[in-house]
Amino acid sequence: MAYTEDDLKKELETKEYEYGFYTDIESDTFPVGLNEDIVRAISKKKEEPEWMTEWRLQAFHAWKEMEEPEWANVNYKKPDFQDISYYSAPNKKPKYNSIDEVDPELLETFEKLGISLEEQKKLAGVAVDIVMDSVSVATTFKETLAEKGIIFCSISEAIQEHPELIKKYIGSVVPQKDNFYAALNSAVFSDGSFCYIPKGVRCPMELSTYFRINQAGTGQFERTLVIADQGSYVSYLEGCTAPSRDENQLHAAVVELIALDDAEIKYSTVQNWYPGNAEGHGGVYNFVTKRGLCETNAKISWTQVETGSAITWKYPSCVLKGDHSVGEFYSIAVTNNFQQADTGTKMIHLGKNTKSTIISKGISAGKSQNSYRGLVQINSRATNARNFSQCDSLLMGNECGAHTFPYIEAKNKTAQIEHEATTSKIGEDQIFYCNQRGIDTEKAIALIVNGFSKEVLNKLPMEFAVEAQKLLEISLEGSVG
Amino acid sequence: MDLKEKLVSSFLAFENTINVDDTVHDIRSQAIKTFEEKGFPTKKEEAWKYTSLNTVLKHDYSIFPKEENAIEFKDIKKYFLHDLDTYKIVFIDGKYSSHLSETTHEKIDVCLMSSALTYDKYRAVIDNYFNKIARQDGLTSLNTAFSKEGAYIYIPKNKLADKPIQIIHFSTGNEAAQMLQPRNLIVVEENSHVQIIERHQSLTDNPVLTNSVTEIFVDKRAIVDYYKIQNDNQNASLIDNTYIEQQAQSVASVHTFAFGGNITRNNLNFYQKGEGIDSILNGVTILEEKQHVDHNTLVHHTEPNCESHQDYKGIFDEKSTGVFNGKIIVNKEAQKTNAFQSNNNILLSDKATINSKPQLEIFADDVKCSHGCTIGQLDDNALFYMRSRGIGEKEAKALLMYAFANNVLESVKIPQLKNRINALIAKKLGVDIGFDL
Repeated sequence: MAYTEDDLKKELETKEYEYGFYTDIESDTFPVGLNEDIVRAISKKKEEPEWMTEWRLQAFHAWKEMEEPEWANVNYKKPDFQDISYYSAPNKKPKYNSIDEVDPELLETFEKLGISLEEQKKLAGVAVDIVMDSVSVATTFKETLAEKGIIFCSISEAIQEHPELIKKYIGSVVPQKDNFYAALNSAVFSDGSFCYIPKGVRCPMELSTYFRINQAGTGQFERTLVIADQGSYVSYLEGCTAPSRDENQLHAAVVELIALDDAEIKYSTVQNWYPGNAEGHGGVYNFVTKRGLCETNAKISWTQVETGSAITWKYPSCVLKGDHSVGEFYSIAVTNNFQQADTGTKMIHLGKNTKSTIISKGISAGKSQNSYRGLVQINSRATNARNFSQCDSLLMGNECGAHTFPYIEAKNKTAQIEHEATTSKIGEDQIFYCNQRGIDTEKAIALIVNGFSKEVLNKLPMEFAVEAQKLLEISLEGSVG
Repeated sequence: MDLKEKLVSSFLAFENTINVDDTVHDIRSQAIKTFEEKGFPTKKEEAWKYTSLNTVLKHDYSIFPKEENAIEFKDIKKYFLHDLDTYKIVFIDGKYSSHLSETTHEKIDVCLMSSALTYDKYRAVIDNYFNKIARQDGLTSLNTAFSKEGAYIYIPKNKLADKPIQIIHFSTGNEAAQMLQPRNLIVVEENSHVQIIERHQSLTDNPVLTNSVTEIFVDKRAIVDYYKIQNDNQNASLIDNTYIEQQAQSVASVHTFAFGGNITRNNLNFYQKGEGIDSILNGVTILEEKQHVDHNTLVHHTEPNCESHQDYKGIFDEKSTGVFNGKIIVNKEAQKTNAFQSNNNILLSDKATINSKPQLEIFADDVKCSHGCTIGQLDDNALFYMRSRGIGEKEAKALLMYAFANNVLESVKIPQLKNRINALIAKKLGVDIGFDL
């Protein structure tokens, strides 16, 4: 029997989360709830200096006054913020010098994920800073990086060792009071990555961090800060997969990028948190604030492949402050079953001759809802600003939805803005064309979906492109051969 | 006392001045409650993010139209399409002006809302259609509560309205500040066809606020062409709420030409209720000084095999602001929908602003939907080409802008109206070119 789209839909529905497992490592977990004492305790636990504790408390007080945003096109049961444990760290945390010392159970986790450290080490030029439940447990390639003067460590370590950099830049792009989740993160962030590239240095390898949510019932609040000093270049990769859990897990990260004059940052994400089962139970709530600041001639490029999470609320943005700066956003968002994604970007043009490009591809299947929400803002001083946006959506089945909410605001007469959006399904004629040439329907769909996403997949670093394609396969298995 | 309180407290007095049947009375009472609850929209509402009514609402408007104010025909002749034979429904300060109008009851009804709400012979139509598709938001409810006068057009089955219908609202400024709330009802039955031209014109420098609601019902295979000319003076603000319900295989088009006014807000809503429907929404906006025009459109596709086409062009100079907020919703039953939306803008000044929000909400998979939005400038090469051939800078720019807006103008089906709009554009761009080359 010929493979039809109905079969595909059925397969998609029955497709279980492949990476659903739970590593049994003893964790050091705080009691549930959030108050000033908890914030202080987190800070104390991390042996932070007084100014950091104060900074967290400021954020906490701001957060108490704020309300959860309601405007996103997603429906979910609001998490009870007093029913979450705000700190969880793997218990055995000696510093490892070699991979052999790492807890074998951890290694097994990574092997199941298909990204074992062994493999990672072999992949030339990749340094991995693994965050397992909030605390960094392994860092590799640190010495090579140190030679170049590059600082790549966990943010808690950076607070101890490089307080001047943290003091200067933390909260400078995403202020504590930016939004509800950013404030929450600022108050309780447990760990994350810190990266500093000195003047004129081109980082010789792709930096990558893997985040996982492991302990049941613990929200994870990472904080990432990447600073590229004048004329430097860095490519930063972030990938996530999370084990299967029944209750909803909250994930509210903050990522700040700072590209000083002539610097370039390329930030790639593959996100595959647990999306919930076929009935829409469980799954991760992903409320992320990501923003980059470009000084003169600087460039920030966001690339994301979003296949997981029950709820995604994520808008990696660029503030093009300096003249001639460039912002880019490439995104693939795949939703299946009951997943809901509201994602997009903001490009704020402040400087002259600034340019931005937005390419967003949404694929919805099952009963999922996929929204693009973006803002392009040209301020009155941003002469000769240029923007190109393209948002394409692909629908599979008639129970899903694809939505586009672009906001375009221009205040300068030299602005040139183009926005284009299309929504379509895989055409019967396209499949027929392939069938005619001896390509079966399943392969044909794979071909078309791959072609649809190509513009974005091409932007991923090679190592990640492989994993991204694998994730697309898993998310839409049966359709992508 | 602010405007809202004033309106709410004068409702009873208003109700007492007119006798209407119970159904309409109930609708009105319900509507004033809704308005009391919801009030005027503020910038906090997503749909009003870019348009604030604060400056408009601060005036002390007189709410009730006084006795008929006479205007000499020669003073207002220029606002009519006089080279075209039409039916006319003319209102002066919200009151029907019988000597300027030309209505009919032969075969089709082109008459007044006040008669339709009062006389029994219209009862069936009013019961079936009045306030059936108008949204229950603050502004529309306010209009419903005070609905009394406006145009009533009823085209029965298989009839062709023999000539276009002009609806013109004048305000004379005999009051210091005036609020007008016209309410129009247009019902076009199966296989019928009608063309309507609507215009609001203020003859005074006193502030005028018009909160208009028009409900249009387009039955099977009927065709409606609706043209809105908005070329009012700088003290007149207009909130125009139009609701259109279409049945199978009907074609409805609304052209909005927004050249004037202080703050203009167009809420244009299309509800498709059958298969094979075509909805057309076109607009040309040319603004200067501190003018503000907000086009808020909605096309709701609920049945398969329908189309919608939106094309809005805007040219913004000086400190003007243009807003386009278009939404297309495709229900999951509405397979094979083709929905297109395009919004192109030219900014001529650094003080002018454009806010564009073209949205798609799609729940069906087998559809072709797209939207596009551009913001740009006039092409320097094209300008140079014309200037090097002896065309003055102003004229060259005007020609380019005219060409930019042309594909919307091309779809105007009444030649005399097209000429008139061409002339309005030439005047607005400050050139003396005929354009109808």
